[in-house]
Amino acid sequence: MELCSEEAMKYVWEGAIPLQIHLHESDVTTLPPPPPALVLGPRIGYLPLLVPIIKPYFSGALPPGEDTVWFDYKGLPLKWYVPLGVLFDLLCAEPERPWNLTVHFRGYPGEVLTPCEGEETVKWSYINSLKEAAYVINGNSKSIMNMPQADQFDLWQSLIKGDMDGYHRISSRLKLGPVGEDCILNRASSMQSRQATDEPEIVGSNRPSRLPVRLYVRNVDQDLEYLEDVQTLDNWDSVSYINRAIEFHKEGGNYMTLKHAMRNILREIFSEEASTNANELDGTEEADSAYRDLETTSMKNDLVEESTFGRQGPNKGTLVRIQGIEPDLDIPFAWVVNNLKNPDYFLHICVYVGTSSKAKAK
Amino acid sequence: MYQWDGTLSPSEFDISVADLCERWREVGTSLPQWVWLPDRALGALSCNVAAGYLAIENIYHQNASEEGSFEESISRDEEPFDEATLVPSNKNDMHIYDYHILYSFTFRVPVLYFRGYQSDGCPLKLVDIEKDLPAYSLKLLRESKWAFITQEDHPYLHRPWYTLHPCGTGDWMKFLLCSDAPNKIPPLHGYLSAWLSVIGQVVGLRIPIGLFKSV
Repeated sequence: MELCSEEAMKYVWEGAIPLQIHLHESDVTTLPPPPPALVLGPRIGYLPLLVPIIKPYFSGALPPGEDTVWFDYKGLPLKWYVPLGVLFDLLCAEPERPWNLTVHFRGYPGEVLTPCEGEETVKWSYINSLKEAAYVINGNSKSIMNMPQADQFDLWQSLIKGDMDGYHRISSRLKLGPVGEDCILNRASSMQSRQATDEPEIVGSNRPSRLPVRLYVRNVDQDLEYLEDVQTLDNWDSVSYINRAIEFHKEGGNYMTLKHAMRNILREIFSEEASTNANELDGTEEADSAYRDLETTSMKNDLVEESTFGRQGPNKGTLVRIQGIEPDLDIPFAWVVNNLKNPDYFLHICVYVGTSSKAKAK
Repeated sequence: MYQWDGTLSPSEFDISVADLCERWREVGTSLPQWVWLPDRALGALSCNVAAGYLAIENIYHQNASEEGSFEESISRDEEPFDEATLVPSNKNDMHIYDYHILYSFTFRVPVLYFRGYQSDGCPLKLVDIEKDLPAYSLKLLRESKWAFITQEDHPYLHRPWYTLHPCGTGDWMKFLLCSDAPNKIPPLHGYLSAWLSVIGQVVGLRIPIGLFKSV
């Protein structure tokens, strides 16, 4: 089975959110106020990186003084270190296009948002995530810390320019995957280092492969059938941010699925007994067709795929959204990680937990 | 031959939390007790081992500019001792700190998050906090590549807190707990006490004598 799909990865890298950015009224000093800026924001990118594109639209209207730029969606200050696509998937239960955001150039809410001074801060945050991902995969961050400065620079430039090939050329040297079908991760192995230095084997390297995942869970307490009725998020306290390393293994001879991986963390929601899918998939043949369908039909942003979900008991249902799509939970987890992860090597997953499932027979 | 990598599992963390709380009680300090606050957001929906944080709050810290500050008089050879029983002479100069211990599932080590406030509740900036830190701590933070303070969103409170980055913790914990027996995995229930006795010094939290007893 082909676990790496260049086509799927291209869709992820080329995915973008149409944004309509409004200047906050308290920052407007001209009459009439400037019209909103229409900007295409890359899913794998970050909001502060758009400021150089946005600012020219508004610079004539801004009050004098130093800029401290931040964004909000319906009053909720946006966390700048979360990839733009994840923010969209999490905050717009029913996708809103264009996505209406408000930009501020003053009054940075330091109680709610960590400071951001522009591209350097975002790059630092990205490199830290990459180090963390490397630590999860290899048991150490050496491959990132030993990166030549020039490589680090090129890697970052590839990300902000959306140059997938350039990015992979450099990142392939970091030994961070991809995941193979027998759960073998192409990673910096202890075998190589032992041959080189005669070090005793480190306990950590004998552990099963671990994959870095970030979950953003919203408990919406309402029927997921009607996404347009999901209330706007007004507070980050309503989102559980779960930063985890998922142990990757075979499940009784079969591929580990996305559902198995989710169950690792959200045990009650994704438990096997609770699943009542009409088309529960068994074995590899159907898994093949499931993700082939995924590749051909679902990789575009404006298509929300209807698919089946885990269902827990009579009351709980879930919606799992990754890179703007709602994948079948029986897809091999390896495929999801290899193709839908972000450039920071984390798989970012948005989960809505509601009161009933949106199950639809295929 | 196997070597321990200096990390601990989520359930080992939970055991060590209980152990730290007990030792803190036994060792006798006028600092408050640690309180475990579980992650309530997902409740029964999630796997809740090591999900939550250990908190100690409202720790008064005498401003370093106060005359007769004990920070300067502690020599490096002495164990840090607990002077939380001191009555502050001028409350307006007091800085107040909260410390939280969380578990990092990615690095498999504990992480310290902390915040400081003026007596009127106004949050302290990093430059103000650094003025409260002992000289040896500042030196360590400037020179060591693994010890640095950053501002991150608190994973459970979703607001900016200061934290000591966990990336080097496994390495120095390995050194701390098994330098005399590198091929053994040490008993891990005392992990947090050992870790805290080092980390506490870096952030100026005064650790009671006897917390870290060699096992």
